[in-house]
Amino acid sequence: MTTKNPEYDFKWCPGCGDFGVRRALEFAMAERIQKTGSAMESNVVVAGIGCSGNLVHLLEGPQPFGFHGIHGRSLPIAMGTKMARPDLNVVVVAGDGDFLSIGGEHIGPQAARNLNICAVVMDNGVYGLTKGQSSPTTELGTNTSSTPYGKIEESINPLELYLTLGVSFIASGFSGQPRPLAKLIAQGMDHPGFSIVHVQSPCTTYNDTYEIIKGNSKKGIEPSIWELPEDHDASDKQAAYGVVRSGGLPIGVVYQQEGRPTLDDRQADLREKAPLKSAQELLDAFQL
Amino acid sequence: MQTRDFVVRFAGEGGQGVVTAAEMLARAASSVGYHVQTFATFPSQIMGGPTWTQTRISTSPVLSPGDDLDVLVALNHEAYQGHNEEVRSGGVILHDSEFESPDDERAIGVPFDELAKQAGEARSANMVIIGALAHLVDMPLAFFEDFVQKRFAGREGIIAANVAALRLGYEHASDSEVQIGQLEPPVKPEGEQLLIKGNEALSMGAIAAGLDFYVGYPISPATPVLLFMERNLVGPGKFAYQVSSEIESIAGLLGAGFAGKKAMTATSGPGLSLMSEGIGLSWIAEIPLLVIDVQRGGPATGLPTKTEQSDLQAALHPAHGDVSIPVIAPGTVEECFYGGVMALNWSERYQGPVILLSEMSLAEKAQNIPKPDLGQVVSESREVYTGTNGYLRYDGWELSPMPIPGGPGAYVANGSEHDAMGDTTHLPERHVQMTERRFSKLKLLEDGPFERVNGDEPIALMTWGGSKGPSIEAYEDLITEGHKLAWYYTMCLNPLPPALLEELRSKDLVIVPELNYQGQFSSYLRSLSVKAESITQFTGLPFKVRELKKRIIALAEACKGGKVAA
Ligand SMILES: Cc1ncc(C[n+]2csc(CCOP(=O)(O)OP(=O)(O)O)c2C)c(N)n1
Ligand code: SF4
Ligand SMILES: [Mg+2]
Repeated sequence: MTTKNPEYDFKWCPGCGDFGVRRALEFAMAERIQKTGSAMESNVVVAGIGCSGNLVHLLEGPQPFGFHGIHGRSLPIAMGTKMARPDLNVVVVAGDGDFLSIGGEHIGPQAARNLNICAVVMDNGVYGLTKGQSSPTTELGTNTSSTPYGKIEESINPLELYLTLGVSFIASGFSGQPRPLAKLIAQGMDHPGFSIVHVQSPCTTYNDTYEIIKGNSKKGIEPSIWELPEDHDASDKQAAYGVVRSGGLPIGVVYQQEGRPTLDDRQADLREKAPLKSAQELLDAFQL
Repeated sequence: MQTRDFVVRFAGEGGQGVVTAAEMLARAASSVGYHVQTFATFPSQIMGGPTWTQTRISTSPVLSPGDDLDVLVALNHEAYQGHNEEVRSGGVILHDSEFESPDDERAIGVPFDELAKQAGEARSANMVIIGALAHLVDMPLAFFEDFVQKRFAGREGIIAANVAALRLGYEHASDSEVQIGQLEPPVKPEGEQLLIKGNEALSMGAIAAGLDFYVGYPISPATPVLLFMERNLVGPGKFAYQVSSEIESIAGLLGAGFAGKKAMTATSGPGLSLMSEGIGLSWIAEIPLLVIDVQRGGPATGLPTKTEQSDLQAALHPAHGDVSIPVIAPGTVEECFYGGVMALNWSERYQGPVILLSEMSLAEKAQNIPKPDLGQVVSESREVYTGTNGYLRYDGWELSPMPIPGGPGAYVANGSEHDAMGDTTHLPERHVQMTERRFSKLKLLEDGPFERVNGDEPIALMTWGGSKGPSIEAYEDLITEGHKLAWYYTMCLNPLPPALLEELRSKDLVIVPELNYQGQFSSYLRSLSVKAESITQFTGLPFKVRELKKRIIALAEACKGGKVAA
């Protein structure tokens, strides 16, 4: 939305982490435009369905193109756009339910293709839009509206999942730090290949994790957020596994595989190998 | 005895070259100017399993596979048992003399493989068979020798062996002294001809209309379209690719269509079901794309290798909510080409999804068709927005130009109900406006052509899709026999051409032959206030003309007698 649109009738709750992610994405896109000299219209934001996906309507300033589609399918929609138009900068914004539950089947194939897009996942450990049901990242045993006696499945570790699926750039961030988060998103967009920036973006209404993340000295709660050390070697997959298994909320680029061809590169190779015939030549081949 | 029409069925086990033999015969006969059509069935397993393919050769255009067999080529005993009853009286059964001779005076044993080896090429058994067939209908062997020369041009050894095989087959059959008539010489059709299958024709139609982007997932009987595109649609600005599910296919088309490409996929019933939500998204977000459903028997995994026309209702209403998806259903191999052109053009013109319904029997049918003149093919493209930023993409009650990423007019293509700029809204007046806007665009698709013969008759025959061939053949026979009946036909099922619908509404009865249990097209017509009744069949096979005629007469008589309440 370029200006405040009175017809648009969705609002994030006060304190929702998604505000910070929106800021971060605005910073990252603005920086990219400045750096590359490209127009804002060459950016496409493909949004999932959830509170998080509404980000696509709430961006301020010059507007990118947006696609707010159906639940769980933001990745393959982005795939179609990027495959058709490698010149565009394609960003996915989606929630933990959208990306990891209903849409989970689409992560592996994009990783295998090394699809050159950046996905920003807003993980609040809950289904916000549908009012507080459990999500894949909700902890075992948690009471939610859909798990009245406690969740009976174990939560997944998204960062570890991405590593195992072969995603070529994985970063972990926090919505409460828009500037550093913007840097991670910018790095993800610059990365040639499939990048995921997984963001803890607390839901103040159904799963307020601010205290767990930032800690509370009065209550004696240690912060779970921690910076990746300067000497973390992001190209070392074993080191990355070490990071994602050590618990808490790491901040930084967990893993980056350099030099791997992207789907764009491989499409270009294929186009060289397969000289396109004209419709007439193809039709002539059926002639008696 | 002179004959103008010749039907031969090759039956055996998967892997025995049944399809190759039938297609080779069709190719050879069409290359000298006969009209041909094949009809293929497939075994449900990869190796082995009973299968058969039929070739019909005629001096005039072939409409249906042919009810009765002039010749059955039985490659094993099961094939003999399964098919001998369909051989007409006076017909012949050529069987492999390797297996025990059936006690049947119509049977002629031929040692196919042994003669092939004798000819010097173990893989030339098909030529032995074709040689024997040539004798049975007294066709000059020279026709086939020419064909062999062309097919294997430059490979002299193979040519010699195949020609020898043809002759050995011919001579062997001559020894039996049986002949079933003399096929009249071909009347070469005017203009250049193609020998092409339905799947290839609709692929070519879409390519002729400017297709840019194809993603798909393998499924019978649509897989050949994917393979054709992967081979032929990769180049500058174009791409074809196998993705990981039909959900990815439809989402990929949405992304590509949004990004300005002419995008399509081909699938069958199970894939169409998975695409349901995405097709609805394409309707509400106004993204052009084309989905081809090559129907097979359903539901669920259903009958993957058999033909049926049971996805019509699913195609008309593939998605939840207030949607009406344009549907085009070609009825012949030639119409597959023009249907492909039209379907892609429609999607671009009205900026939304179009479904093209083909079916198993058309998909694998090889037929000679007049070569389309690409100079005459009109390729339409969506109207693209070229103004400045701040554009209201969904403003107004009718179609409006579409902005393309990278260009001006950034907006949000939205699957939630939205306002003029694409932002989500729940205002009642917006849902009214947008719903009417979307439905108004269907008016742009009311230009579909239709066929009408004897339009004054109060009782009409109107089939759809691949039942067209047998239905025309039945219709022509009935008219010749003095029956009174109108003929209507269109491949544009939604929206139906308004003038056609007007005429249908004035009929006492519209008789609808279709291959499904519920009578899906007649029930659609009834919902449009047409008095329609179906003749249904759900065997996995196409109609036979004789049977169809009987049922048409019965229904017409019942209507005249006041017994049809339609
Ligand atoms: C196919 C389908 N199933 C279910 C829904 C309902 N639904 C909308 S959003 C959502 C979950 C959203 O959770 P998440 O992706 O974590 O986003 P959040 O709201 O937490 O940001 C569900 C189940 C839907 N829109 N479509
Ligand atoms: S429900 Fe939770 S996720 Fe949704 S807007 Fe409110 S705080 Fe944010
Ligand atoms: Mg969530």
